[in-house]
Amino acid sequence: MKRKNHNNRQVELPNFCHLGVNLRIALTVEAALVAGVVARASSAPAFWAEFIELSAQAQPALLLTLLALCAAGRWLRSQPYRLGFGLTLALGVAVPLLVALWLNPLLAGTAVFPLAGVAVFCLLVGAGLLGYFNLRARALSPAITEARLQALQARIRPHFLFNSLNAVLSLVRSDPRRAEHALENMADLFRALMSNASQLVRLEDEVALTRAYLELEQLRMGDRLQVTWHITKMPVDALIPQLVIQPLVENAVYHGIEPQPEGGEISLNIFLSADKVHIVVRNPIATDTSHHKGNRIALANIRERLLLHFDLDAQLKLEPLGAVYQVHIVIPYTRERTQPAPARPDRR
Amino acid sequence: MNAPNPPLRVLIVDDEAPARRRLRDVLADCAGQLPVDIVGEVDNGLDALNRVQQQPVDAVLLDIRMPGMDGLECAAHLNRLSVPPAIIFSTAYDAYACQAFDLNAVDYLLKPVRADRLVRALSRAHSLSAATLEHLREAHPKARTHLSVNEKGRIVLIPVADILYLKAELKYVTVRTAAREFLIEESLTRLESEFGEAFLRIHRNCLVASARLREIGKLPGEDDGHFLRLDGLNERLMVSRRQYSALREKIKSI
Repeated sequence: MKRKNHNNRQVELPNFCHLGVNLRIALTVEAALVAGVVARASSAPAFWAEFIELSAQAQPALLLTLLALCAAGRWLRSQPYRLGFGLTLALGVAVPLLVALWLNPLLAGTAVFPLAGVAVFCLLVGAGLLGYFNLRARALSPAITEARLQALQARIRPHFLFNSLNAVLSLVRSDPRRAEHALENMADLFRALMSNASQLVRLEDEVALTRAYLELEQLRMGDRLQVTWHITKMPVDALIPQLVIQPLVENAVYHGIEPQPEGGEISLNIFLSADKVHIVVRNPIATDTSHHKGNRIALANIRERLLLHFDLDAQLKLEPLGAVYQVHIVIPYTRERTQPAPARPDRR
Repeated sequence: MNAPNPPLRVLIVDDEAPARRRLRDVLADCAGQLPVDIVGEVDNGLDALNRVQQQPVDAVLLDIRMPGMDGLECAAHLNRLSVPPAIIFSTAYDAYACQAFDLNAVDYLLKPVRADRLVRALSRAHSLSAATLEHLREAHPKARTHLSVNEKGRIVLIPVADILYLKAELKYVTVRTAAREFLIEESLTRLESEFGEAFLRIHRNCLVASARLREIGKLPGEDDGHFLRLDGLNERLMVSRRQYSALREKIKSI
């Protein structure tokens, strides 16, 4: 169970549908095959001939095994760990055996691998891989992951804090209602900044937080800051790490709007496509290049947090498009599994 | 200043409207301790320079971070006036600038501004010496958007983007724009390091705007004499032998 809260999480089987896990399995199997062939082959040509022959048989088995593991993954992981371990291993041996049974008659004449050999190979590689995933899960233990995430937690620029306080102070006498609203926005923002960094939040909450932030910036900058939202196709229930969109937008304001006397427009485009959540933030490229160094740090920070949360399944791309700078994030679409949503920790 | 203190004439410069309003409120609050006449509010450095030249101003409350011309640059231009106004910088958070202010004993305000702090700063407000401003700008290196000269008591601003070339001559540097020439008292080396890539050195005494390069040619007759022409100017500028090869490399990379 990969739940929102990593506390007290048991070691669990990896999610076999994840690209990172699949890659690790495929590369390990490939490496084991190479090692096996190297041990047997006498010369370079013999090596290639044997390697290609072996791969022709191993590749379909590998792909089918991965498919089977992905299909059965959720069920396997809902079993107790030891049982799941055994079942996974059984599946990892059974599928290649079936493939070998089916392929061997077709390949009659060329090298045919004894079924026992296939079984032993699969058992060894499978056990090795599961052992590795176990170790990896422990290495990325909740405590360590949490500490790293907490250290990476986005921080608001002090400049923004003090300017916002100043703006609120200026409103207290003339427009107490707007001052109140601004303070509420600041409270939301700081609650998020001080919250548990390892949790995932609903996309709509992160969007609300970003809106609160933008309202504060608009208080200071007035018409210089224009914002366009394209979020009608946004999957509101998608789970994303907290403070991913807001720092992107903060960057966009800091680098794209603030240095320009006439201001500019920031556009946010959030949508679901092929079971991935896409988040696209665009801002004009400022002609003033006096402060660029902070940018990379904030983006590297977000990238690392995405890696910790989603391994290789999330991406962050930077695309300068002429006069516009674009940051494009793609993360897998995950939802809260239990229905109806159990007292979801509302921004807390 | 003694007995019948005339109110201090203050100009507020900040790009954020709420910040200007806040200063206005606080100044109104301390009117009893320090009578102040707010002569204007502007949201950028250029307007501040214009305003100060249109009407007498005793003190300028000057935000540091502003788009376009920032507060430190604006202060440097203001200092060319024969009677420069007192300058009090304000900033929300700027660790480096504040350190430089402390080192140079320059009064500054941290936003949000407190009334007593503002009164104290204004009551001892004084203009900054050229040397002090120089130190501040060194601590906060950022290329200016304009150069300035004082002509007949007025500050004339030369947008850096309009400059075609800078040529050192004796004590002065000639600044050439498409329209005319100016003489400024600065060093060519300092200008070169300040503006970096924007200008290329073609001769010991000459920097040209890299965006304005039009052609490089060989002078007839001589062996390795080269000249260079810029957009919007018919003049041929001499390229020294020493700079020629470096220049050619740079042009290739552009």
